Amino acid sequence: MENVIEAIGLTKSFGAFTAVNAISFHVQKGEIFGFLGANGAGKTTAIKMLIGIANPTSGAAKVAGFDVFTEAESIKRNIGYMSQKFALYDDLTVKENITFFGGIYGLTRAAIKTKTQALIDELNLENVANHLVGSLPLGWKQKISFSVALLHNPKIVFLDEPTGGVDPITRRQFWEMIYKAAHQGTTIFVTTHYMDEAEYCDRVSIMVNGKIEALDTPKNLKKTYKAENMNDVFLKLARG
Amino acid sequence: MKIIIFIIQKEFKQIFRNKGMLPIIFIMPLIQLIILSNAATFDIKNIKFSYIDNDHSSYSRNLIRKFEASKYFHVITSFPNEHLSNSAMLNGDVDIVLEIPQHFERNLTKDKHTNLSVTINAIDGAAAGVENVYINQIIQNFNRHIKLKLMQPNDAQITNLNIISIPSFWYNKTLNYKTFMVPGILVLLVTMITLFLSGMNIVREKEIGTLEQINVTPIKKSQFIIGKLFPFWIIGIGILSIGLIIAKVLFKVPIIGNFGLLYLYTSIYIFVILGIGLFISNFTDTQQQAMFISWFFMVIFILMSGLFTPIESMPKWAQIITEFNPIKYFVQVMRMVMLKGSGIVDILPQLLKTILYAFIMNGLAVWSYKKTS
Repeated sequence: MENVIEAIGLTKSFGAFTAVNAISFHVQKGEIFGFLGANGAGKTTAIKMLIGIANPTSGAAKVAGFDVFTEAESIKRNIGYMSQKFALYDDLTVKENITFFGGIYGLTRAAIKTKTQALIDELNLENVANHLVGSLPLGWKQKISFSVALLHNPKIVFLDEPTGGVDPITRRQFWEMIYKAAHQGTTIFVTTHYMDEAEYCDRVSIMVNGKIEALDTPKNLKKTYKAENMNDVFLKLARG
Repeated sequence: MKIIIFIIQKEFKQIFRNKGMLPIIFIMPLIQLIILSNAATFDIKNIKFSYIDNDHSSYSRNLIRKFEASKYFHVITSFPNEHLSNSAMLNGDVDIVLEIPQHFERNLTKDKHTNLSVTINAIDGAAAGVENVYINQIIQNFNRHIKLKLMQPNDAQITNLNIISIPSFWYNKTLNYKTFMVPGILVLLVTMITLFLSGMNIVREKEIGTLEQINVTPIKKSQFIIGKLFPFWIIGIGILSIGLIIAKVLFKVPIIGNFGLLYLYTSIYIFVILGIGLFISNFTDTQQQAMFISWFFMVIFILMSGLFTPIESMPKWAQIITEFNPIKYFVQVMRMVMLKGSGIVDILPQLLKTILYAFIMNGLAVWSYKKTS
């Protein structure tokens, strides 16, 4: 299998504080990779380095075949990103948001039009397509956000706590969307605090204090740590 | 290019959708122009004038009547003695006390010489200076009057050697302060609106988190910045146009110069301000910080622009600082082109400095805008 993310000793320090401490891992094409860790474990900082908006202090990493130090802009052409902080424009409509993000990824007007229609049909947004995004419920916004992150057919999509604050039904629908994208060959790199979601991942890494303490399939992790479920695995690791 | 158009479209949609912003952009400047141009006048009127008449003669009454007749003086009261007038001055009830000595009339007619005491409240030094000139004019006028009366036929040769200067006020014949102020205030409006809007715009995207989303796209820095700033450039030009129409129609300010030249200069000038705004927003994290820093520069720029106080009367070091003040150049160009009808050759120094400034500020802004941290 082809590796789409390879990190070796990737480190980020802020002064004396090391947020990410020499993490090494790889992610295969088409994989759903769960990137777990307690709050403040360094997940978001690690993601920021991988998507090219934070320079690593040391180490090396390649994303979609490009170097994070020297080819950050090429990485950006090949990835999608959905941040913790909801990042569509509240004062634009659903359609306008899609047009704008499609536009800055360099899609043509015609392509944007087809994509918009497909997206609206898929998410059943016909009635709210011309509503301001700010007026929609959070679950809808997150689904739209995810679809916008996939607009330019990226090889990898990074999701930073995509289902935070979302109801169980919408969470399930969201994961169905993730599966569908993965099925079509998109690699999913996802962080979450919901351990049931961790069970859905092909492989899971757990970060503790800036280091990756465990990395394996959920099944193997449960075996190694003699745990009933991922929740217990997480508690055993995070409590040290 | 296509990408820039997508950004511009989005910016315009957001500006026109923001119900709180629209009045700020278009209505507030107009109100400011109308109010400030009428209020910010250096004409000194309604001076609170008082006198102590120790002579009670027809001459002293004549002199006082001259003050009463002047439209600048508002004759409040007469005081019986210096003690009372001093306490009135202390209370701020009067600005000027004219004291006419005893035997004023007798001394004038017999000795052809007398003294007058004038006390002026000089807390506002500039106003005191102007008041002094007004008072002197009236006394001199009175003086000539007396001379004519007292002149003997054989004195004619001696006294007629007076030199009288008649000032001729060019470019603003009636010394109308509106003519002087309107172009300057228009400069402030164009500057304030474009600086505040551009300074807060990118910071706002930082605050709501959308800037991070933009930074993970392959968009080029220059595309993003041009797309972001172009709408504000248009707004700046729009405000200039509205302001010029008001200046012409409402204030009847004579616009002698070439409109094309005004627009040419302004279009470059706005780049300077947008560059400054962007530079500020790159170094701030919240709209509040951006606003405070913008105000800091705005106040210095305005007070050192020559709009309210002449640059020539500033200390040398301050004059050097004004060289870095873009508002100074814009005020000069506006007044030169609008009131004097200056051509491109006349404003060339200002134009070149502004172009240089625009390059430096926008260079710094693009350099300091970082997609990675």
